[in-house]
Amino acid sequence: MRPRRQRMIFVGVVLTGVAVATALALTAIGENMLYFYSPSQIAAGEAPRSVDVRVGGLVVAGSIERQANGLDVRFDVTDTAATVRVAYTGILPDLFREDQGIVALGKIGDDGVFRAREVLAKHDENYMPPEVAEALKLAAEGGSIPNPHEEDAPRKP
Amino acid sequence: MIPELGNFALITALAVAIVQGFVPLLGAWRGVPEWMAIAVPAARAQFLFVLLAYACLTYAFISKDFSVAYVTQNANAELPLFYRISAVWGAHEGSILLWTLILAGWSLAVSLASRALPETFRARVLAIMGLVSIGFLLFMLMTSNPFVRLLPAPLNGRDLNPLLQDPGMVIHPPMLYMGYVGLAVPFAFAVAALMGGRLDAAWTRWTRPWTTVAWAFLTAGVALGSWWAYNELGWGGWWFWDPVENASFMPWLVATALMHSLAVTEQRGAFKAWTVLLAIFGFSLSLLGTFLVRSGVLVSVHAFATDPGRGIFILGFLALVIGGALALYAWRANAISGGGSFRLMSRETLLLINNVLLVVACATVLLGTMYPLIIDALGLGKISVGPPYFETVFAPLMLPLVFVLGMGPLTRWKGDSAQRLVPLLRIAFIVSLIAALAIVLLTAGYSALLLAALAMAFWTLATTAQGLLMRVRGKADVWKGLRALPRSFVGMSLAHMGVGIFIIGVAATTTFSNERDVRLAPGDSEELAGYRFEFAGVGTHDGPNYRAERGEIRVFRGDRQVTTMFPEKRLYPIQSQPMTEAAIDIGFTRDLYVALGDDLGDGSWTVRLYYKPFIRWIWLGPAFMALGGLLAASDRRYRRRRKARRALPEPAPGAALGAEASGA
Repeated sequence: MRPRRQRMIFVGVVLTGVAVATALALTAIGENMLYFYSPSQIAAGEAPRSVDVRVGGLVVAGSIERQANGLDVRFDVTDTAATVRVAYTGILPDLFREDQGIVALGKIGDDGVFRAREVLAKHDENYMPPEVAEALKLAAEGGSIPNPHEEDAPRKP
Repeated sequence: MIPELGNFALITALAVAIVQGFVPLLGAWRGVPEWMAIAVPAARAQFLFVLLAYACLTYAFISKDFSVAYVTQNANAELPLFYRISAVWGAHEGSILLWTLILAGWSLAVSLASRALPETFRARVLAIMGLVSIGFLLFMLMTSNPFVRLLPAPLNGRDLNPLLQDPGMVIHPPMLYMGYVGLAVPFAFAVAALMGGRLDAAWTRWTRPWTTVAWAFLTAGVALGSWWAYNELGWGGWWFWDPVENASFMPWLVATALMHSLAVTEQRGAFKAWTVLLAIFGFSLSLLGTFLVRSGVLVSVHAFATDPGRGIFILGFLALVIGGALALYAWRANAISGGGSFRLMSRETLLLINNVLLVVACATVLLGTMYPLIIDALGLGKISVGPPYFETVFAPLMLPLVFVLGMGPLTRWKGDSAQRLVPLLRIAFIVSLIAALAIVLLTAGYSALLLAALAMAFWTLATTAQGLLMRVRGKADVWKGLRALPRSFVGMSLAHMGVGIFIIGVAATTTFSNERDVRLAPGDSEELAGYRFEFAGVGTHDGPNYRAERGEIRVFRGDRQVTTMFPEKRLYPIQSQPMTEAAIDIGFTRDLYVALGDDLGDGSWTVRLYYKPFIRWIWLGPAFMALGGLLAASDRRYRRRRKARRALPEPAPGAALGAEASGA
C-alpha cells in the first residue's frame, strides 16, 4: 500500500496547491478588474467613486488647459452626449491631441473631475479604442454600455 | 511579374503541402512504404516554394514595387533598405508568410536530420507539420495574401509604422517565430507518437533537443520584445502584461515545463502522457498567440491589422488543431502512459512541482488575458485586467518554483533522503538568505519583496555553482574539469544562472528605479539619483524619412560629465505620426533614460528622466538561458546515439544542425 499512499499524498499536495493558486488568482482578478465607463455614464452617476475606473472618449477641441509648469493638464473627454473633465499630471502620449480617441485610467474626484493616473492614446492616427467607438455609437443611438455593477442598469430612453 | 511568381509559388506550396500532409499519413495507415517516402521530398519542395514566395516579396520591397498593396502599406521610397527588408514582416500578411517559411524551415530541418527515425514515424511527423502548413497557406491565400496588386499603382508608399523602425523590431519577430513555430516539432512528434501508440526512450531523445532549441529561440524572442518595448515605447518599462506580451509568454511557460518534463521522460520513463499533453498545449498556445495578435480582438500596440474574417479563420483552425490533437490524446493516451516509479523525495517530484507551478502560472496568465474578452463577449461590460493582477498572482508562484529550481539538480533521481539533502543545501540556503538580508538592510531599509527576490536569486546562483563544483571536485585543473562536463549539464547550469541574473535585474529595477517628469528651460538642470541632467535646449535634425526635434542633455555625476544624451521627438510626415525616441545611456549596473515630452513654446520642454538600475540584467538573464538551451541541445549524447543507430559515419549531426544553423 505504500506507493498508493504516496500517490495519494502527492495528488493531495498538487490539488491543494492548484486550489490555493486558483483562489489567489480569482481574488486578485476581482480586485484588479478595471471597468470602463462612458462620459454619459459618469455624468449619470453610474460609476463608483472610490475605485479605479477607465473612461474614454474624444478629446474636446479647445478644452486642453496646461498649467505654467507644463505638467498639470486638464481637458474634456466626450462621447458626444456628455463630457467629463480630466486632470492629469505628467507627459501625455505622443498621439494625444484634439479630437483623438483616448482612454484614461484613474478615479473620479469629489468635484466630479476625473483624476487620471494614466492616459492612453494609440499609435495610429486612425485608430479608435474599441470601448470609445462603442461608447460613441451608443451615445448616438441613446443607449449605454452595460453597467457591470447593477443587474438592471438604467438605460437611457 | 515577380509578385505573380510569388503568388504562384504560394499556390504550388499549398499543393505540395497537401501531398505532404495526407499521402504519408495514408501510407503509414495502410503500410505503403512508397506513400510514406513522399514525406521527405515533399517537405523539401514545400520549403523551396515558400522560400521563393518569400524572396519575391522581399524583392518587391527592395525594388519599391508600390503596385503591391502590402508594400505600399508598409514601405516608402525614403525608407532605408535595412527597414525595407524587415518591413516584409512588419505587418500581418508578411508576418504570416514568415511564419509559414519558418515552419517549412523546421520541416526541412526535421527531414534532413531524421534519417535514423523509423520510416512510419518520420512520415507521420512530417505529415503533421504539412497539415499545419496547409492551414497557414490557406489562411494566407484566402484572407491575407501579401501579393495583392494595387492598380493603378501609387507613386509612393504609406511607410512602415515608425514604432517598427528599430533594430529590436528587426530581430524580435523572426526569433519569436522561430520559437513559436519550433514548438510545432515536439507537437508533431507527440501526435505521431499518439498515432503510433508508442512512446519509448528513443522518442524522448529525439524530441528533447528540438524542444530545447525552440525554447531557446522563444526565450530570445520574448526578451527581445521586452527590449524593444523599453527602447521604443518611451515609458521606460520592460514588461506591461499587455495581452500580446502574454501571448508570447504563455507558450514560453509551457515550453519550459515541457523541457523539464521531457527530462523525466528520458531519464526515468515517467510522465509520458503528461509530456505529450504539454507538447500539444505548447503549440496550441503558439497558435492562440497568433490568433490573439492577428485577429484584432485585442487592444494593443501590436494589433495593427484587424479583420474579423481572419479571426474566424484562425479560431476555426485553432479549434481543429487543438480539438483534433486532444481528441487523439483522449483516445490513445492510455497506450503510451506508464513508466518508472519514484519516491516522494526525489528529483522527479521536484520536476513535477516545477511543472505544476509553470502550468498554473500559465493558466493564471491565460485567465487574466482572456477574462476581459469573455466578459465582453458575454455582454457583461468592458473591463480590463491590469498589471497588479499578474504581479499579485505571479510572485507567489515563482517563489516555490525558484526554490525547487535550486534543489532539483542536486537531488537524486528515483529517491533521495533529507539526511543527505539538508546538509548539502544548508550552506547555500543560509548564505543566500544572509547576503540578501544584508543588501536589503544596507540599501532599501526594508522591503519584503526585495528580500525574497534577492534570496531567490542568490539561492539559484549558489546552488548552480555548487552543482558545477561538485562535478569538478577532485580534478587538478578546475577549468579543464568544467570544459569536460557534458554540454547538457553546462547548458542547464547556464540557463539556471540566467534565472538568477534575471531575478536580480527585476528586483533591483523594480525597487530602486527613479523617474521624474519635469519642465526644463535651456540651462536648467535637474538632479536624479545622484546624476545632474543639464538641459541645453532643442535643435532640429533630419533623418532619412523623418524630421526630429532633438534635445541635448548633458549628464554629470559630481563635476564629471558622464555623457551627453540626445532624445528626439520625431515626426514621420507620411503617416503624420509623432514618435518619442528616448535617449538611453546603457550601463552594466544602471541605465539613464531621457524622453522628450511637449514643447511648451518658450524654448522649454517637459522632459521625462529615468534612472534604471540593473535593467540590463533583465535581458542578460534570458541571454544566458537561450545560450544554455542551445548548448544543452548540442550535447553529444543526442548525436552519438543517433550515429550508433545509423551505421553510416555521417558528419552532419541531427539536433546540432538545427542549433548551429540557426544560432549563427
